[in-house]
Amino acid sequence: MSTRLVMIYTRFERFWHWTQMALIMLLMFTGFGLHGTHDLLSFKTAVSLHTVAALALMVLWLFAIFWHLTTGTWRHYLPTTKGLFAVIRFYAYGNLKGERHPYRKAYWRKHNPPQAMTYLSLKLVMFPAIWISGLAYLTYPLWGGAGSAGGALEIVAVIHLLAAFAILLFVIIHLYLLTLGGPVVEHVKPMITGFDKVDLAPEEEAYLERDEPGHIR
Amino acid sequence: MNSTHRVTAQVLVGMLWLLSMALVHASAESSDHDMNYRLDTIVEQPSTRSDSNSTADHTKFEELKGPFNSGPEVTQACLKCHTEAGHQFMQNIHWTWEYENEKTGQTLGKKHLVNNFCTNSRGNEGMCAQCHTGYGWKDESFDFSDQNNIDCVVCHDRTGTYYKTPNSEGNKACSIMFEGKQPIQWEKVAQSAGLPARENCGGCHFYGGGGDGVKHGDLDSSLIHPDRKLDVHMDSEGLNFACTACHVTNKHVWAGSRYDMIAHDIGGTGMPGQRRDVATCESCHGDAPHDSSELEGIKLNNHVDRIACQTCHIPTFARGGVATKTDWDWRTAGKTRDGEGYKEKNYTQGNGKHRATYKSIKGSFKYGENLVPHYNWFDGQMIYTTIDTQFDASNGFININTFNGSADDPDSRIWPFKRMHTVQPYDKVNNTLVYMHLWGNDENAYWGNYDFAKAIETGMQKNDLPYSGEFDFVDTYSYWPITHMVAPSEDALSCDSCHTDKGRLEGVEGVYIPGRNETPWLDKAMLMILAATLLGILAHALVRMVFGPKPKHSGEH
Repeated sequence: MSTRLVMIYTRFERFWHWTQMALIMLLMFTGFGLHGTHDLLSFKTAVSLHTVAALALMVLWLFAIFWHLTTGTWRHYLPTTKGLFAVIRFYAYGNLKGERHPYRKAYWRKHNPPQAMTYLSLKLVMFPAIWISGLAYLTYPLWGGAGSAGGALEIVAVIHLLAAFAILLFVIIHLYLLTLGGPVVEHVKPMITGFDKVDLAPEEEAYLERDEPGHIR
Repeated sequence: MNSTHRVTAQVLVGMLWLLSMALVHASAESSDHDMNYRLDTIVEQPSTRSDSNSTADHTKFEELKGPFNSGPEVTQACLKCHTEAGHQFMQNIHWTWEYENEKTGQTLGKKHLVNNFCTNSRGNEGMCAQCHTGYGWKDESFDFSDQNNIDCVVCHDRTGTYYKTPNSEGNKACSIMFEGKQPIQWEKVAQSAGLPARENCGGCHFYGGGGDGVKHGDLDSSLIHPDRKLDVHMDSEGLNFACTACHVTNKHVWAGSRYDMIAHDIGGTGMPGQRRDVATCESCHGDAPHDSSELEGIKLNNHVDRIACQTCHIPTFARGGVATKTDWDWRTAGKTRDGEGYKEKNYTQGNGKHRATYKSIKGSFKYGENLVPHYNWFDGQMIYTTIDTQFDASNGFININTFNGSADDPDSRIWPFKRMHTVQPYDKVNNTLVYMHLWGNDENAYWGNYDFAKAIETGMQKNDLPYSGEFDFVDTYSYWPITHMVAPSEDALSCDSCHTDKGRLEGVEGVYIPGRNETPWLDKAMLMILAATLLGILAHALVRMVFGPKPKHSGEH
């Protein structure tokens, strides 16, 4: 077993992550403007930006879903309890005592257990909630016949708002956790270069060196 | 002529011009702009109808050569060719002053209603029926079955010189207004016959309620020659619509009455070639009027089912420099100076004219211009407090008219209204509105005698209505749908007018309006959770800084 710098975030995954980040920021900013939380944009501008950004993000998600399924990378997000409590314990107070992060990235397991579970909930609950409610919001004149649209629209709007709020909390905690267990730059760099330290089995190392020489340093 | 002389001449001409303008201005000021009904508004420059496609020149008609000595003589001449016009017109509310609303079962129309301006035309026809399209209605004896009594020229005069005066004599306090008119040149008026233009309809409709712009707020004399900003359709330099461009006519009966409106027209433009006898915006613009090739247009079209066109496209009313009355207090009426009624003119409107804020014959008024409408759900049905409606005055106010509509009703949309507030007399024992005897040259007419008790008693007695003999004053509201003074699209309301906290539609119920502070409880809860999260992170970060591992020196890496 050796620790090597391995390409674990391929080009599409990085593109997906950062584009999604930018779109979510834009959607947050315009969305809370529409909700009335701030007045920095006119309602008309906010509606236009929000709609275009939302449609773009959904196209990106379609590609991402396709990518996850065809490349098999969806398996990174399978929930597991193995090592779960060690990481939670580390986040709770182990990091305060200067302990080393207990999780070692594996080639086919690049997220630690609570991280994978959080991302899975993001992908299976929060994102579907926001895009289903958002599509319903966008298309309500098609399904909400005059007379009942008001009440139904309120339910849709509240779901959309709650999902957005959950994503906002995710973003905040996601950013804060970057500061735990080592310098921030160490955590951000892999999502830029694609390379991170991974514990490799000898077979994996040999495979990468022989068949994917560009993916290992 | 040397240059000095030329300059002197120019100065002299300039001074003469200024003097003449001052004189014109002074003479204009001398007339009373609160009482300038049709009769006081001889139109100097009649508007032109750009859509007339008549195949007849009435100046060439033998029948119209005259001589004519009266209105009915002209009418007889008209009816010689327009053989069916008389019978057809007798179905028109402008003739009947009566409207049976089949949906509510109420009998409406000026013949019956009490409003919260001059209150009632019933019994005061001698004055009020100047705006009846007939000749000589002054009391119950008027013959509604005689087509020679129809006043054709009030609508069809295109000279701008026709006028009407009261059908009976009033008290001298009022009659003085109608003196000194040039006689009507009936032949000239008759030969000018053409389709009605804005000043024809406006002769009465611009002056409803007793003066220019008083009643509606979206109809006043500024619409005779409006610019594009004031009304994009009637713009005299542009589309130049006559009233009948929208109020389409079929056999002398035309579309668009506020007694029974189409609040949500889903018929649109109709099938190709189909005639739709409605005055709705949709009948020309369709039910998806915004550009649906753009996101903005699609979103705007999504509003059409719930928001009346007028709500966004008439951002404010009384925009043309003419004020509308917003408040009327009859309680202060009847004050005299040296035994005579008087006026106070303490409001100067946008076009510089002064408006009465007090009149002995009517009480005190307030005015407004560029007013933001009152908004609410409206299904097109107006419901009136009629003379025989018993109400509960202990509520604090009476709605002279009110309307239904709700978010749950597909036929309702959010509409703009002018809301008029008045304090007016009522029968405090029977809890009904009252008819007042205002006009007349007798000792009971309020206008001249200033005695409410006598005026009410006479007004009720003349119509065989029960009156307890005791009156008091009650607050009343009336609602006037706003539908004219449509602004150009660039002046329509922006999204932010409603999609904001405390916006235009604050208080309109049953509809979720994004941005209107719809879920304050949820926002508060989210803010608290957010604050707790950030505080938690801050606490965690502090503990790390104090107790956590110290950063190592770079050399030890």
